[in-house]
Amino acid sequence: MTISGVALLAICTLLGGLLGDLLGVALGVKANVGGVGIAMMFLIAARLWLVRHGLLSRGLNTGVEFWGSLYIPIVVAMAAQQNVVAAAKGGPIVVIAGAGAVAVCFAMVALIGRLSGRVETMDEIEAREAIEANVPHFKSGRVR
Amino acid sequence: MTVISHILAANALITAFAAVGILMWVSGAISKYLTFGRIHGSAIAIILGLVLAFFGGLATGGEKGVADLPALTGIGLMGGAMLRDFAIVATAFEVDVVHARKAGLIGAVALGLGTVVPFILGVLVAAAFGYTDAESLTTIGAGAVTYIVGPVTGAAIGASSPVIALSIATGVFKAIIVMIGTPFVAKMIGLNNPRSAMVFGGLMGTVSGVSGGLAATDRRLVPYGALTATFHTGLGCLVAPSILFFAVRAIIGG
Repeated sequence: MTISGVALLAICTLLGGLLGDLLGVALGVKANVGGVGIAMMFLIAARLWLVRHGLLSRGLNTGVEFWGSLYIPIVVAMAAQQNVVAAAKGGPIVVIAGAGAVAVCFAMVALIGRLSGRVETMDEIEAREAIEANVPHFKSGRVR
Repeated sequence: MTVISHILAANALITAFAAVGILMWVSGAISKYLTFGRIHGSAIAIILGLVLAFFGGLATGGEKGVADLPALTGIGLMGGAMLRDFAIVATAFEVDVVHARKAGLIGAVALGLGTVVPFILGVLVAAAFGYTDAESLTTIGAGAVTYIVGPVTGAAIGASSPVIALSIATGVFKAIIVMIGTPFVAKMIGLNNPRSAMVFGGLMGTVSGVSGGLAATDRRLVPYGALTATFHTGLGCLVAPSILFFAVRAIIGG
């Protein structure tokens, strides 16, 4: 049933929110501490359990995935109700923080890549797999 | 005219679904025909959302963007904390733990660095621009992680709406640069194998930025990058309003 998926998602979200609130109280802040992240862990655990017991039905999947697929539109709606007029007065902070974060992260991708040694590139993996499978024509079709 | 605005206002949430849907269509068309797929439709939609919020704010003088317009109050519900958290939690369903384990230690290191380093940078920039309270510093730092972590953190620790809007704008700007810039730096940073794609996804975080940027670089790398990137938001939502917030508060002594 689709509602079981929606209900599972709702229960995980509520439990995560509850634990996040309790964690906030325990840590002495008036805030929800990591409720969303905790709820995500509950959902991952619930999914593992359901798969292991063969209970992951198509309807249940639909109920959760529908909401997951709505996440970008919801973020768009979230963006559309922000106080952008006030943020625009912040100006260059956005550009500096955003561009700086990307530049530093690009550099670290390169650094981690160099430090951890060479690995097969995507082209090499495909070439090897094509030889192993003995189907050379397969190469170009293996996009997805 | 009054009949139309009555039906729109009476079905606020339905109106919001229609309005956002139309905005997504327009964005998809802009992405396809004006940027030739280089910038993801979702990124364009978010930018348009922020632009509309700007004009909505100017028109109404309110603080909630287009949600202050009587016909579009449903946007406030659709994009509010309740449905937003609900949808973000739902994306965890797509995480495959078996695949994730293959990313191994290096993926975890990249995830950790990808959360902490942009955060520190964001906090420093925010401090340089005169923010002194722990809530604002943390929220803007979280925005430099991703445009989801920013508002989730801001809402959790009670930051002001302008600061939350700044954090979203920072995250969106980051996503856009990742999308546009990745193909140009791909060769330089060795982005040609699954492992570096996972490291890349973990460090960059923004799912739309990573999937858009990798798609423009090499389609085959997209799933690897998206895999670690999906963990990024969860990790950020977990540590930014908690450990990182406390760290900021302890350092500034607030």
